[in-house]
Amino acid sequence: MVSIPGLAENLMPKSITESTPLLDPGGFAHEPKRRATAESMASRQREISVSEFFTKNRHLLGFDNPAKALLTTVKEAVDNSLDACEEAGILPEIAVEIREVTGTAAKGSKAKDPESAGGDRTAPGGPSRFRIVVEDNGPGIVKPQIPKIFAKLLYGSKFHRLKQSRGQQGIGISAAGLYGQLTTGKAVVITSRTGRGRPAFQVHVRIDTKRNQPDIVHEETVDWAREHGTRVEIELVASYRGGRTGVQEYLEQTVVANPHLALTFVSPKGERLEFPRVAFDLPPEAAEIKPHPLGVELGMLQAMLADSPKKTVKQVLIDDFSRISTAVAQQVCERAKVNPSAPAERIHGEQLERLHTALGTVKVMAPPATAVVPIGEALLIEGLKRRFSRAEFYVSTTRPPSVYRGNPFVVEVGLAFGGDLPADEPAEIMRFANRVPLQYQPKACAISEAVYLTNWRSYELQQPKGSLPIAPMAIVVHLASVWVPFTSEAKEAVAHYDELLREMGLAIKECGRKLAAHIRAKAHADREHKRRSIFQKYIPEVAQALSDILNVPKDEAQKAFFKALPSFVRLADEPIEGAEDNGQPSSPAIAQAGNRGLLPGATDAPTPRGPARASPKATAPPPHAPKGGKGAKAREPLHVPE
Amino acid sequence: MASKKQKANRTERDEQTLARIDKLARRALMDVNKGNNPALEIRTRTLSNVAFNEKTRIIELGHRTQSREFFNVAMARKFMQTFLIAKGCKTLIDEGKTISIRQMFYMTKHTLEDSEENTFEDQSESDPIIEDLEVGIDALREELHLFANRRGGLVGNMVVRDGPDEIDLARMGRGGWMIPSICEDDALQFVRCNADFILFVEKDAIFHRLNEDGFWKKHKCILMTTQGQASRGARRLMQRMSLELKLPIYALVDNDPWGLYIYSVLKQGSINLAYESMRMAVPNVRFLGMSAFDHRKFAMPKAVEIRLTKEDLARAEQMKAYPWFKAKQWQREIQGIVQNGFKMELDSLLTKGISFISEEYIPKKLRDRDYLQ
Repeated sequence: MVSIPGLAENLMPKSITESTPLLDPGGFAHEPKRRATAESMASRQREISVSEFFTKNRHLLGFDNPAKALLTTVKEAVDNSLDACEEAGILPEIAVEIREVTGTAAKGSKAKDPESAGGDRTAPGGPSRFRIVVEDNGPGIVKPQIPKIFAKLLYGSKFHRLKQSRGQQGIGISAAGLYGQLTTGKAVVITSRTGRGRPAFQVHVRIDTKRNQPDIVHEETVDWAREHGTRVEIELVASYRGGRTGVQEYLEQTVVANPHLALTFVSPKGERLEFPRVAFDLPPEAAEIKPHPLGVELGMLQAMLADSPKKTVKQVLIDDFSRISTAVAQQVCERAKVNPSAPAERIHGEQLERLHTALGTVKVMAPPATAVVPIGEALLIEGLKRRFSRAEFYVSTTRPPSVYRGNPFVVEVGLAFGGDLPADEPAEIMRFANRVPLQYQPKACAISEAVYLTNWRSYELQQPKGSLPIAPMAIVVHLASVWVPFTSEAKEAVAHYDELLREMGLAIKECGRKLAAHIRAKAHADREHKRRSIFQKYIPEVAQALSDILNVPKDEAQKAFFKALPSFVRLADEPIEGAEDNGQPSSPAIAQAGNRGLLPGATDAPTPRGPARASPKATAPPPHAPKGGKGAKAREPLHVPE
Repeated sequence: MASKKQKANRTERDEQTLARIDKLARRALMDVNKGNNPALEIRTRTLSNVAFNEKTRIIELGHRTQSREFFNVAMARKFMQTFLIAKGCKTLIDEGKTISIRQMFYMTKHTLEDSEENTFEDQSESDPIIEDLEVGIDALREELHLFANRRGGLVGNMVVRDGPDEIDLARMGRGGWMIPSICEDDALQFVRCNADFILFVEKDAIFHRLNEDGFWKKHKCILMTTQGQASRGARRLMQRMSLELKLPIYALVDNDPWGLYIYSVLKQGSINLAYESMRMAVPNVRFLGMSAFDHRKFAMPKAVEIRLTKEDLARAEQMKAYPWFKAKQWQREIQGIVQNGFKMELDSLLTKGISFISEEYIPKKLRDRDYLQ
């Protein structure tokens, strides 16, 4: 900040009260000449269409460079497919194909898209034109909705309700279509069929960026082998790359967090990756919930009251919040010194603030756990095995539901350790929010921070100060919530809420403890193996010498030594509670379709509601337990930490 | 025990040794058959397990033993090696052959199966195991049919029978007769002796000097050297000469703690071979020189002084604490070195003339009876 003393005194009077005008009318000695009047300015003021807004601010939605644009497009399409399948109750089967469109490569688009043409320095050879095809076996979309869903920004079914889902704003897939349109001029092609006996429609749509309205270019009925499902094709100028932020990484991580998903991916090089599903039950459907009194924001409370004409304060509290009974509503009003039967829309100012404070102090049950669906401990391990099939040890923890700002959430952590994971590199973190991988901005994310803040040294791992542990390890952290707090609309990093960090920390520690037990047991076993091999090495020599001296058969002497050996080597193979050891490393996930169905994890799916518990140790107070505490404490997570 | 070869050649001592090796192996096998940890009991050869016997004036090995177990990571390898050596010795006895300890190293060295590791990596590993076996079954090295490299020589007015040959030690030319590594009475006998005393010199060069000067002829003595620390053969020979010829023995060593220790080993034995002291120690060997006080007595120039190092001083302190050096004259002698702050080599006597040592130094010391015992 630059401060200019003389100026500051003029601009900032010593005390500002409501009665004194903010600006002193005669304050400036030299007033500049007016350039426009309020009226002439009004003539230029008009509504900005969201599409136009996007054109200028596409970085907010994850289209800031060609490589990211490709990832975001795939991601939005896959997330939508998964949400649709789960909502309809269909086991998802998704195929993703990325083809490089040769010949017409990015030439025409360069003029239209100077930013992306010069912006990406990392992609070898620069951006070129790609056609992305994402096809699912979902419920399909009825014909009239197709244009709106794919060619109208901010149109969706998920924004208006408090329910755990992948997409949230309804901006993603249409933004991807818009990006394609801006860089290639091509329309989005959607093919969809809603069921047997019904026709399959193919629609080509563009977005009218001025009006934020779909513009149907072409539509027809086509033959489609799929009974039901949706296929989206978007052509766009982009860069395909591998690594942490690549499409393949996204898909491989998605497969970890979605064990029930069967995925096929064809890369631009024509390589085909197949991930057969390992879970044969859909995750339970998340219940839609009302806001919870703890942590509801003042602005939201105000809006809820204002939107309820002809209702009393008490009635609004009872109807529009979860877990508020008549008695509790009465209590809240008493504490806030607000008349329970006052009209809701009249509450404002100090009354509103008192009401808000009172809501934070009452004893209420935690929000219903049914609103949040974790992957579950057993399935998280199955998911991890899809990607790291040759690790030697897997462990996972699903925390009991907790609450931040009135939103229920569950944190899950899984670890894969050892085996063929690289031993002298920092551990790999996979971040998930509602089963969606987060690939960008790891440093800004609360999940990464929770991993960094954990003292891995107490779990027998090396950890340079303030950084990731150096170990053959992959860490999965999944945050499932009705409303995931992201740091930006691009949904790249989870915001740092104390409650979230705390739950993540607890889950990581729980896994860490089990990992440490495994490492210690292994170190002990290694030592004993080493001891045993030393004895084994010398036994034949000793046996030979004894046999020569005593004139007895060598075998006899040798047998005697080998028979005595076990009582001098302590080798116990005790499994560690709540964890899974990979006794025989299974084959890579790819191209192992046949075997997958036999995995025990597939049938031991979690119980329909609430997290699956593999570890008896992890029992915590039930999520519905009444909550103690008062005052400021009431905003803390609702369960008793270990 | 059905040996295929040369059973007839075995002596009674051989049979005894074989029985001991057999017993050692049998016990190990019995232990392991019972599921126990097979172990060898070996007497500890450290300073803490030796005692100075005031009566016999020799260093004796105590009774504390160390158990060498097979099922113990730190001991398994040595356990294995001990039985390899034991088996090697049995073969030698069976075949009636005698080899050097270096040859035993090669005889028992081979690479372990499925490994890069050898049964013995070098001789410094096998030598202590041989000593362990000697202690473990209470057998002498000769009884195991092993010998060390020969070191040391002898000239003088004496005739010996070494194996089949009779040797006149007065006719050994400039080099002298090489002392065999085994000097037991079945291999070596004294035939005639016409000497009044034995002069032991630590250094080969001084031996050469005295031999060239005809010292032994003039003074009617036997001249003996060991080239540093005396080998077992030389020590055994010296003891036998002392006992059988009943001649006084005088020793000449460098004037420093290490020289003094060479004398000490001759006289009462060493810590490591304490179990053999009684057949090697010569308690009445006399310390003729060089003494710390000879520097002044013989008006040696300052130039011959060599500053004592830290190690020299530490060694001197250690030796002062040995029970066999507790006598006043020894404390005085060691303290003399420390007080001088320097050490002297026997060779330094040549500063007073090439033959000063043979013509003046030794005769004067002998005449003055200027020695310690």
